[in-house]
Amino acid sequence: MVKSAFKKIYTFLIFLFLYAPIIVLIIFSFNESKSRAHWTGFTFKWYIEMFRDRQIMSSLYYTITIALTASIIATVLGTIAALGIYYMKKTPRTIMINLTYLPVLNPDIVTGISLMLLFILMKFQRGFFSMLIAHITFNLPYVILSVMPKLKQLDNYLYDAALDLGATPTYAFRKVVLPQIAPGIFTGFLLAMTMSIDDFVISFFTTGPGVSNLAITIYSMARKGVSPKINAVLSIMFAGVILMLLIINNRMSRDNGRKENVV
Amino acid sequence: MKKHLMAYPYALWMLIFTIIPLALILVYSVITIDDAGIHFTLDHFRRVFEPIYLAVFWRSIKIATISTIICLILGYPMAMILASKNLSKKSILVVLFVIPMWMNFLARTYAWMTLLERNGLIATIIGYFGIQLPSLLYTENTVILGMVYNFLPFMVLPVYSVLVKIDKAVLEAAEDLGATPFIVFRRVIFPLSLPGVSSGIIMVFMPALTTFVISRLLGGAHFTLIGNLIEQQFLTTMDWGFGSALSVVLMLIIILSMGFAMRYEKENQGGGLW
Repeated sequence: MVKSAFKKIYTFLIFLFLYAPIIVLIIFSFNESKSRAHWTGFTFKWYIEMFRDRQIMSSLYYTITIALTASIIATVLGTIAALGIYYMKKTPRTIMINLTYLPVLNPDIVTGISLMLLFILMKFQRGFFSMLIAHITFNLPYVILSVMPKLKQLDNYLYDAALDLGATPTYAFRKVVLPQIAPGIFTGFLLAMTMSIDDFVISFFTTGPGVSNLAITIYSMARKGVSPKINAVLSIMFAGVILMLLIINNRMSRDNGRKENVV
Repeated sequence: MKKHLMAYPYALWMLIFTIIPLALILVYSVITIDDAGIHFTLDHFRRVFEPIYLAVFWRSIKIATISTIICLILGYPMAMILASKNLSKKSILVVLFVIPMWMNFLARTYAWMTLLERNGLIATIIGYFGIQLPSLLYTENTVILGMVYNFLPFMVLPVYSVLVKIDKAVLEAAEDLGATPFIVFRRVIFPLSLPGVSSGIIMVFMPALTTFVISRLLGGAHFTLIGNLIEQQFLTTMDWGFGSALSVVLMLIIILSMGFAMRYEKENQGGGLW
């Protein structure tokens, strides 16, 4: 009894620690005054002003555009690469897999400044495209590392059987291989998306004047003293995350239900 | 059809955007450029070992170590509690644990800023009791708090994923053989969880050592960790050579500490056979 009470209290305290700052942030996004400690009244005005703030709107636009574009390109390129690596001979395959781990293990700040050096030396104008390239670069390993395990589980006989039954290689790939590795591709895409939306450090070093994502905007605003508009943006983002998780969870439990029905 | 050719565009991409940039850092760390041309030099590395910069390294390693230890002490029991729950409760709790990680990490750090600032919520609440707090922001402890807050899930999740897989029969066997709960923990559970602990340590220590954001936002403009030092060299003082040398040393520290953690893991697995 004592033990389980202790467990409950401990869990509660840890979750309080994790959620308190976020909850306070959300509550004060509805606060009438700019104060972040005194409650002066309920308002939606920050949510309206947020949409009028050009800096916030432009960084929201860049965050979403870059995350979507980078994760789509990384997913396509990464899936093709994973297939290629899978069909390689042992030694080059080991080299490629180790190479894939390199950006994952490398500290963000080093990845960021090394890409910055490259762009400066190549006289590549830093801005939207340099940031996009950087995002594709750090997204690629996550896609490959999610697709590779699915490829290893693949039953090669199924593909051969499809060819024997007269399917063209493309058709066999589309109808036999792709459906089997699709969950890995989807996981990779989601991971890439998350990493991209969350990234600050690499974006910070690879972007140019006028192009910043939300993280960079929060960083520059936080140093000057912050506006409740940012609280509003973050609350909306948080609501978005919860909504997305609920949808995914819903889909997954529906899929599970379907599988059980089949069994 | 040569299917392995499909990996080549990716290999080319990695060459241009990962290997060449890293090579650039290595090159810049050992050259100086002046009017006469490019010279080889070790001056940048010599500067890294000046006392003022060694102090920064020492402080970064110290703070990252303290944060990692706190994460381990707070996180291990949490992982055990999560692992002990029954299935339906478990998945809900784990999801609840991951959700804050989905919020931008800058946002999470910013949230602490608003809680801790001079007129922030914590100071105000405590102020009602008539106690005037000294500044809560911009101290070493605030930076550690920020690190623990941001990186705690990185410790809990790997430990949890190892603990869940431990065969309950092993624990029952130990109990049947007369082991007290404490001995079961010390001799069975803890050794079996070490792979999770060591990856948790790597996953907390690495970002804690290299961050420059947490130290800047919660530690203030004058709080310098390795990350801040590197950032300054590239964005403020434009001393690429010194910045590159610092980055090389940072990478070496990380490779060394990872090698250390991995070797420990392997030794233990080897020992487990006996």
